[in-house]
Amino acid sequence: MPSTSPSHGVRLHVVTGKGGTGKTTVAAALALALARQGRRVLLVEVEDRQGISQLFDISPLGHEEVQILADPSGGSLWGLSVEPKAALMEYLQKFYKLGRAGALLQKAGAVDFATTIAPGLRDVLLIGKVYEAVGRTQGRAKERVYDAVVLDAPPTGRVVRFLGVNDELAQLARMGPIRNQADSITALLQSRATVVHLVTLLEEMPVQECLDAMAELAAGGLHVGGIVVNEVRDPVLSDDDLDAIASGAAPELADRVAGDLESVGIKNPDKVSAILLREASDHVDRLDLQAEQDQRIQAQGRAVFYLPALSGGIEAGGIGVLADELTTQEMV
Amino acid sequence: MAPQKTRGTTRDAGTTRELDVDALLADRGIRILVCCGAGGVGKTTTAAAIALRAAESGRRAVVLTIDPARRLAQSLGLTELDNIPRPVVGFDPAAGGSLDAMMLDMKRTFDEVVEQHATPEKAEQILANPFYVAVSSSFAGTQEYMAMEKLGQLRQQSDADDRWDLIVVDTPPSRSALDFLDAPKRLGSFLDGRFIRLLMAPAKAGGKAYMKALTAGMSLTVGVMTKLLGGDLLRDAQTFVAALDTMFGGFRQRADQTYALLQNPETAFLVVAAPQRDALREAAFFVERLAVESMPLAGVVINRVQGVEGGLTRGRAEDAAAALADEPERATTAALLRLHADLATIADAHRGHIARFTTGHPGIPLIEVPAAATDIHDLDGLRAVGAALSGRPHSAAAGVGA
Repeated sequence: MPSTSPSHGVRLHVVTGKGGTGKTTVAAALALALARQGRRVLLVEVEDRQGISQLFDISPLGHEEVQILADPSGGSLWGLSVEPKAALMEYLQKFYKLGRAGALLQKAGAVDFATTIAPGLRDVLLIGKVYEAVGRTQGRAKERVYDAVVLDAPPTGRVVRFLGVNDELAQLARMGPIRNQADSITALLQSRATVVHLVTLLEEMPVQECLDAMAELAAGGLHVGGIVVNEVRDPVLSDDDLDAIASGAAPELADRVAGDLESVGIKNPDKVSAILLREASDHVDRLDLQAEQDQRIQAQGRAVFYLPALSGGIEAGGIGVLADELTTQEMV
Repeated sequence: MAPQKTRGTTRDAGTTRELDVDALLADRGIRILVCCGAGGVGKTTTAAAIALRAAESGRRAVVLTIDPARRLAQSLGLTELDNIPRPVVGFDPAAGGSLDAMMLDMKRTFDEVVEQHATPEKAEQILANPFYVAVSSSFAGTQEYMAMEKLGQLRQQSDADDRWDLIVVDTPPSRSALDFLDAPKRLGSFLDGRFIRLLMAPAKAGGKAYMKALTAGMSLTVGVMTKLLGGDLLRDAQTFVAALDTMFGGFRQRADQTYALLQNPETAFLVVAAPQRDALREAAFFVERLAVESMPLAGVVINRVQGVEGGLTRGRAEDAAAALADEPERATTAALLRLHADLATIADAHRGHIARFTTGHPGIPLIEVPAAATDIHDLDGLRAVGAALSGRPHSAAAGVGA
């Protein structure tokens, strides 16, 4: 990858965005793009939505890492859905060799407490698992198991709290092993090895949330990677056509279009012509809005990547198309 | 699947009925409307549009929003997060209705609950506890629980002073739409659980004496907790829990009351979705869950549905565009046809997703709101959405932007 790309030297890619912007799709496309470059990549979800398994049309993911696909380049893509209870048990086992006490904690309701109610502890466990996967090594040479980890993170409204949760915890737990773990995780998240990519649509609210999140992430000591603009529609009409429609040269245009329609045997050409021009007028409005929002994003001076709207949906190879776009635009 | 309680239309299994929002709003027996669904589907816009339409049809409505987009908030006159319902300027009072709006302040609401249920001295102690500060600002589910609490308060106030006869509630942008329903129960099971008694034991008994009173298993658990969390955190948690002890009854009771309110026939749920697979899957979960909980579902709102006017199919448009493509002077018409074909493709995808939903959940009243060309950020935009929601769009621009 080019040294100027926001992925240079990054081991943990965090992908967030307003709900409905397609952050899971973008996270998957990014992970696939990395895998197609010969890397071993882990794609992680933390909200148990089973978004990854649905996208790749595989069995639901669990707390075990499974291989989603192998690429001819030698790269591979793995998937994981982190489950807080399993993460807590794994953590207790690893650090305390707790057999009986783990079961006791569960019985006393402590596991439920830790994973659903305790402030931030659930998030700490989820990130803790991601942190473990990023740093995991194998063999005598201590080679990294994964070249990159891509995290499908909570939406922008909650991501800063999610990523900052270790800081918050550190204020509560002033010492002890959880404190130490929290400090190491914060160090990884705030290092250059971690970047947060923001996904947005060219609509007012997603863009506003994207800009707000960028400011919050920066204030939280986190590094923003790229902004991925999703579902961009190609201008179907030429600039001249757009101008004609926008300038209200409609009556003359409507007649001309109706004539053209009639020549290819379309029934009710006048009615269809009026419909097409109304659609075009909406299209112009939408393009104006998009241009306005695009300017706000460009003004941030960040790397911006554009993914096309796949009118047939993201099934059936759509992720591959998006992955190739990200590679072509040198996001990876 | 269990039969759905529906309202506004008669149930007719196997077919989809149109949701009649106007009939719902005209039913004075309905006092609470809850808008729920996945994040990013236009819940807040839907809630605001419904409240406005209700007020302009003569209801005295208040809308509780959780996290509105800035311009939508401004259009409702919401400039600060202060937990106080304020009149919305610019709505039409001709039908004798009124419209108030407010934004939920989660922390403030939690503080108020504490102040209401504890003695002033104890309240002060709780509000200053570091564990409380963390819980009240980041407790998993605090926003959901506080939205419920605020709903209960508004409902009580509407009984007391008759200021409102309809409360429209937006729900928090949760991990899952179900969190809103689960939060009070989760808090309840926590308050009733063994774990909280375990946490409280040291503070109650004091000193080392309590250790002896506990079983070996319990003391081991406490030992592990101390080791894990550090002694300070555990002590803060214990102090917090002990301080809350006196008000548990109140908390628990309120959570139960609000939950019962949601099962009351005066409440109606609107499940909001977008015509995408994920959003409709969340909607399906919610619809099923409401049935299990005996909570009254009024219907499903699907926002931002791409429609196409006229009978020109995608295939026909593409063929016609191809036939015109070779003639430069007809390029504009060819481009317009390609644009139409694109829209038709999107519309087909939306139809497919919606059809899968209705097949799995037959008989549920449903209304589609067309995609808007631009974002909604003023009362006129909300009016257009309200008109579309009632199945009586008065302008082609009606729709939900985001």
